[in-house]
Amino acid sequence: MSKTKDALVEELLASIGMTHAQLLGEDVARLQVHHNKVIGSHLLPGLEVDVDEKPDGIAAAIRVREGVAIEKPVHVCFGMLPEEGLQEIELDVDIEPEASASILAHCTFPNAKNVEHKMDARIQIGSGATYAYFERHVHGAEGGVFVLPKASVIVGEGGRFKTEFELIKGRVGAIDIRYDVECHSRSVLEMIARISGRGEDKITIHETGRLVGESARAALTSHIALRDDARAEVYNTLTASAPNTRGHVDCKEIVQGNALAKAVPIVEVNDPTAHVTHEAAIGSVDSRQLQTLLARGLTEDEAVELIIEGLLS
Amino acid sequence: MGILELDHVTLALGGKRVLNDVTADFWAGHIHALIGQNGAGKSTLAGAIMGLPDYRHLSGDIRFEGASIKDLPVDERARRGITLAWQEPARFEGLTVRKFVAAGAKDKSRERVAAALEAMGLEPKEYLDRAADKTLSGGERKRVELASILALDPKLVLMDEPDSGIDVAALDHIFRALDDLKQKGATVILITHSLTVLKQAEHAFLMCCGRVLDKGSVDKIGGYFENKCIPCDHVNVPDASEIAEVAS
Repeated sequence: MSKTKDALVEELLASIGMTHAQLLGEDVARLQVHHNKVIGSHLLPGLEVDVDEKPDGIAAAIRVREGVAIEKPVHVCFGMLPEEGLQEIELDVDIEPEASASILAHCTFPNAKNVEHKMDARIQIGSGATYAYFERHVHGAEGGVFVLPKASVIVGEGGRFKTEFELIKGRVGAIDIRYDVECHSRSVLEMIARISGRGEDKITIHETGRLVGESARAALTSHIALRDDARAEVYNTLTASAPNTRGHVDCKEIVQGNALAKAVPIVEVNDPTAHVTHEAAIGSVDSRQLQTLLARGLTEDEAVELIIEGLLS
Repeated sequence: MGILELDHVTLALGGKRVLNDVTADFWAGHIHALIGQNGAGKSTLAGAIMGLPDYRHLSGDIRFEGASIKDLPVDERARRGITLAWQEPARFEGLTVRKFVAAGAKDKSRERVAAALEAMGLEPKEYLDRAADKTLSGGERKRVELASILALDPKLVLMDEPDSGIDVAALDHIFRALDDLKQKGATVILITHSLTVLKQAEHAFLMCCGRVLDKGSVDKIGGYFENKCIPCDHVNVPDASEIAEVAS
């Protein structure tokens, strides 16, 4: 590695519109990984991170100790500056009972032409614990990234798990999200994906929520905007097998040009007191919205951009 | 010569003439009203003036500030200063009120958007960051829509049924917005079948069956609409002799 760690950190952060100085607060935990090297980190009491550097990535164990509340979001940056390469991230996350933490993760591949980014996460959220994971991807204009985020999550009794996946800037390339979440009694799950595809991008989402504990609740939301020849397939599955469980699946896709979208909400209920709903809407930009913005003087391209910005916000 | 001239405008949709040889002038800086029963062609005429896609294939001409706009698309007409407030404003999922109101405005500053909201009786702190979606009531959406129009500083506003779906207090704000637009020199065309709204105008046109049957003062047209038009038995489909009689 010819560049210094500090220079790499600055370059990675610059690609997501941030500076190192923004993250220097003593109360902000952070972890920065370039390819298979940890190039920056700062931890807080109660937050433990063990990292093994592997040939093409890292394996990290993250633990938040019982009862510890990490007040400010932990900033994590995974990325690669080269045009080609493989980055594999293995995460083992343990949020112990009554602990809470949120992670703001930026995954940035600004120069990618042929980059593969894989994440395989096992996440355990203890009883009464809260964990939020906001993952924002920043890709370059080439779309040469294959992203494969995979997570297996267990949310303990009374626990809360929220995950948001956002890929709005730059080309997607190809993405295949596979999340499976098991929700125990009185737990709450919220999964949101917001993705904008262009060119020949390919988007596949498999998200599954399993409400196995009494009074568990879940909402799965996917909002996708497709242009040009982009393709998307969204499979959102919600199963409710315990009393008084509640859930909702929501998939909205805007399709422009020759893009193609497919949405398959699957709802499976086998308890008479459970209640799960779903809605899926695929279509072009709403004509009334479009005409309203045109009547304010926006061009059609500007109007479509604004409508899509709303959908993905 | 008015700011807007309609010259023998005729439009057929689905084999039916929905606008029938409409000729009218609208004076700059005045508030006009188009009044008539449901199906008279008022909203269609507004759509034709705005250039909405379904209403583009018309005969005759539409001139704005002396130049034909008949072949211009909606956005180009809007950039010349024409805009439309819909009877049922669109909902914009995820888009904040601030972004929506600022969308077409030259001055997109927070201050300008806040002033437009205040003019419509909407507290900026409460509304700027709210989504302009289904979480707003019908009356709130209507006022947000009009705030977006105030922020444009338009030359000509087509306002379709401004009183539908709102309460009396909100109506006061809408009437104040009309005063505001007039003070800034804008021309307003109100589309209505409400005598309360009609009274805000200075001139009125009576429409029936796709035609402008009469025009004149608000008292004259309002009186006709109240006393003769509504009770008449042709239910917006008068025969030729009735039209001739009224026109005379």
